[in-house]
Order: sequence, then C-alpha cells, then structure tokens
Amino acid sequence: MGQQTVAIEVSGLCKVFDGATAVDHLSFHVYNGEIFGLLGPNGAGKSTTLRMLITLLRPTGGRATIMGYDVEREPERVRATIGYVPQERALDRFLTGREHLLLLGDLYHLPKQEARRRIEEILTLVDLGAKADLPAKTYSGGMKRKLDIACGLLPNPSILFLDEPTLGLDVQSRLRIWDYIRRLKARGITIVMTTNYLDEADQLCDRIAIIDSGRIKALGSPSELKAGLGGDSLSLSIAPPSRARLDEFSTALKQLPQVRSVTTTSHGVEVRVESSEKSLQVVLETANRLGCQLDSIEYHRPRLDDVFIAHTGRAIKEEFPKPEEE
Amino acid sequence: MQDYRQEIGALTMRWVKRLSREKFSMLFTLVQPMLFWLIFFGNLFQRATDVQVVQAPNYISFLAAGVVVMTVLNNGLAGGVDLLFDKENGFLERLMSTPIHRSSVILSRFIFVMTITCLQVLVILGIAALFGVRPATGWLGIAIILLISVLFGVGLTAISMAMAFSVKSHGDFFSVLGFLSLPMIFLSSALVPLAAMPGWMQVLALFNPMTWAIDAVRPLILTGWTEALPKIGMVIVIMLVFDAICLYGSTRAFRRAMG
Repeated sequence: MGQQTVAIEVSGLCKVFDGATAVDHLSFHVYNGEIFGLLGPNGAGKSTTLRMLITLLRPTGGRATIMGYDVEREPERVRATIGYVPQERALDRFLTGREHLLLLGDLYHLPKQEARRRIEEILTLVDLGAKADLPAKTYSGGMKRKLDIACGLLPNPSILFLDEPTLGLDVQSRLRIWDYIRRLKARGITIVMTTNYLDEADQLCDRIAIIDSGRIKALGSPSELKAGLGGDSLSLSIAPPSRARLDEFSTALKQLPQVRSVTTTSHGVEVRVESSEKSLQVVLETANRLGCQLDSIEYHRPRLDDVFIAHTGRAIKEEFPKPEEE
Repeated sequence: MQDYRQEIGALTMRWVKRLSREKFSMLFTLVQPMLFWLIFFGNLFQRATDVQVVQAPNYISFLAAGVVVMTVLNNGLAGGVDLLFDKENGFLERLMSTPIHRSSVILSRFIFVMTITCLQVLVILGIAALFGVRPATGWLGIAIILLISVLFGVGLTAISMAMAFSVKSHGDFFSVLGFLSLPMIFLSSALVPLAAMPGWMQVLALFNPMTWAIDAVRPLILTGWTEALPKIGMVIVIMLVFDAICLYGSTRAFRRAMG
C-alpha cells in the first residue's frame, strides 16, 4: 500500500471534562488513502477524539494536524478539508435530501452550478436519486444513513470522518454501507471511523487503534494485531496418547522454524504457529516421520475479539445503550 | 463577506422552509394566541376597567401595546427552540463542522425570529385597527414600534438560545419557559398601568424590561409624539443594556456548548 504520506498527525492529545480525563495523551498518525479505525467500547474516548480532530471540541492538551493544518490554530482550514458523518441521524426531517445537500453546498461556499453538479453525482453514488425530493422524515434508517454519508461527501473531502457509521443498521444496510466506504477509499479518500463492532473494524479497516479509557492499547493492521497475539494455534491429538510419544513429538516440533511454542496436553499437543497455512504441512510431516497416529486436528485463528480481550482485559459488548460520551 | 452572506442566506432560508413545511405550526404562528388576548381579554374587560385608571378611551386600546410586547416576549423566549432540537439530534454539530463563521447559525436564527416577530406585530396592530385602535403617531410610529420590538426581541431570543445551549433536556427548557413568561407579563404594565399596581409589584415591574417597552409603545398608539419621545429615548438605552447582557450570556453558553 502507498503508505508514504501522512494525512493526520496526532501527538499527546488530551481532553479533560470537569476533571475527568476522556482522552489521555493519544498519539498516532493516519496515512493518506487508508481506512483508519478507532475501535473501543462506548465511553472509551473515540468520539471525543474524533470531535477534537474535526474542530468541534478544543483539546485540553497536545496537538493534531489534518493535512498539515493545526486543528486549534486553523480550524476553518481543517473544516474546509474534511467531511463529517455524525453518529446520530443528524437530519432535518422537514427538508428533502436534495435540500440538505443544497444547504451544505452554501455552507461550503460552493458556486450554485458546482453544487448542483456535485449533488447529482453524489446522489447517484449513494443510490438516493429517486428519493431525493422527498422530506427526510419519509426515509428508512438505511436511507437516512445514506443521506448522512452524502452530506459528508459534498465538500469533496480529502478526509472523511465517520462516527459509528453502521450503528443500529440491519445487516443488509451495513453491508451496503461497507461497500460505499470501500468505494470511497478506491476514489482516494482517507477515511477515519470509530466503531464498536469488531467485525466492522476487521473487515473494513486497514489499520486500527484499540482505545480504552482514553488510551491506545494497541495499534496496527487487523492481521498484525492478531499475529501479535502469537499467531494461530493448532491442536493435534494423538491416537494412543503415550507420554513418551508426546514428548518426542513436541521436542521435534520445537525444532521447526515455523513453530513458536508447543504445550503438551493429556491427549496431544497445542502448537502456536505464525500461520496455519504455512505450518500445517511440516507439522503433519513431522507426525508422519515419528509414526504418530493423529486422531484429530483443529486450528484456531485468533479473532479481533481475542486481540481486544488481550489488550483491554475484557470483551467488547456488541449491543448496549448509547450514553452521551460527555 | 460573500461567503458570509451565502451561508447566512442559506441558513435563514432553512428556517423559512421548516416553518412552511409545518402547516399547522405556520397557521398557529400567524394566528397566534396573543391575538385572542387582544380580542377576548380586550373586549371582556371593557366594562370591568376604569377608564380613569387606564387613561385610555377603552380597555382594548390600552391593552394593544401590552399585547404587542407580549407577542415579542413569546416569540423571543421560544426563539431558541429550533436550535435546541438541532442540538439534540446532532444537526447543529453537522452545521458547525462546516467551514462557516461561528456566529452564522445564531445570526440566521435572529434574522428569522425578528422577521416573524415584526410580521406578527403588524398582524396585531391590524386586528387592533379593526376594533378602532389606530396608532396616534401613524406609520412612523409603527416603524418605531417595530424597532422597539426588535430591540427587546434580540435580548429575549438570546436568553432563549442560551437556555437551549445549556439545558440538559428539552423538558427543562419548556418548564423554565413556562415558568418565566407569566410572571413577566403580570409584573409589567401590560394589563394595568404601573400606577394602579400594588406597591411591591410596582417595584418588581420597574426591573422588568418589558414594562419599559410597553410604556414606550403605549403612547405611540394612544396619545402622540410629545408623550412618546422621552419614553422612546429611555427604552432604547435600557434595551441596549439588556441586549448587551443577554448577548454576552448567550455567547458564553454557546462557546461552552460548542467547545
């Protein structure tokens, strides 16, 4: 991936609300053209971080630049560079889809002609053309989300910020929104999103920062993070599980370069490997060579859930009520 | 400057569109309850009032000035409601994430509320005319009445916006609103002249900017320029101070709410 240029630089960013630290010295950067995810439970500080980046909240400390513009000193510049899709369906129910976009066109100071041209293009992109002239109160949840995203795209942003883009959507709408997000990335837009859905972060994001209690607990691509746990695990059980056999087998496995660690269990061995595809072959060969009769083989690839638990010490809950973060 | 005009124009038109989409709300905005005060209260209390006390040919002509200012009061205090909804559903945040001037949303709201207020004041004066109450100072007097309405309305709308930005829920907003408006009306010279009030109410009414607005509007309707002019000078000074305080407060509330 062309990850040379940095779009967002965050260093030592802090936010304290009435003595309570919501964001605690966050530092990270986002590369141009990637989908960067802020993953964490509610109240972890993701939305607060996002709102500081889009200049809606003033940081208590630290600094952040968006395409080189400082969020505190050049907020107008930052706002002209970015698009924002808020968490709530932030729509005016009395305005039509098109009227939302026309209003925003004026707020981004687009000339009328240019605004009209872009609006047509965006409405087609998000498949809202047919409903564009109906008031937003007649829209379904998925359509409202599409209009939300259309609003975020109107300024033709270099960076699009999405706050919980699929929260509360049905499975089909979620998949469609993921599809749009991928299409936007294909157009070269850098995307920063918050989510508390692990599968969403896993499927969509190039890199994720796991945030808990206002701090980054882990940062990297989903596969890096999973590999960081020690790779996949293979469980092999041996038909007559004799102690001598098991010891011999495990000693042999430890010699293999692909194997990270081996633990002996009562029926067989647990092997930690870099990747199961690359190691399965040699592990089986070793078993053959030693004449071990294999009873069963299972492999388990760590999921993002495991990463999350490993770094925060607790599981993320999928559905819970949304309290205000402030 | 061009940009500023474009964003304020678009934001103001949004309020107009919203109002025009809510047919019932529009109907009730134009035929507002204040009209009933004028028509029913004005005629109902005709025989119960002493013309010596109100110093007007009849009660409805005395009440007209009060109803004009009550209209301004109601509009102003409710002026922040739409911003409250925008804050609650996140639309305000969306607007503030665009490269607009920080003050544009608020300014558009002032422009809209003041325009609606002026239209309603004209409706009130029109209905009053049907009952034979014609402003003694003519069209220029009406222009001054509108000026006083705007001066008072700006401060009230600022209070309403400050509340919209500070309250936790809109239940709070409406209960404070309901609590504020009646005492404001009774502790003013809207229904009876200051001189006819019990002493302690008189004192309180003097601290109510509404009293000063009414006492300037009333001679414009009832008597004429000689009596009105000094009161107009007085009310302008008082309203400028009132507006300055309210605007300062609402700016602070806005800053706090928008980080």
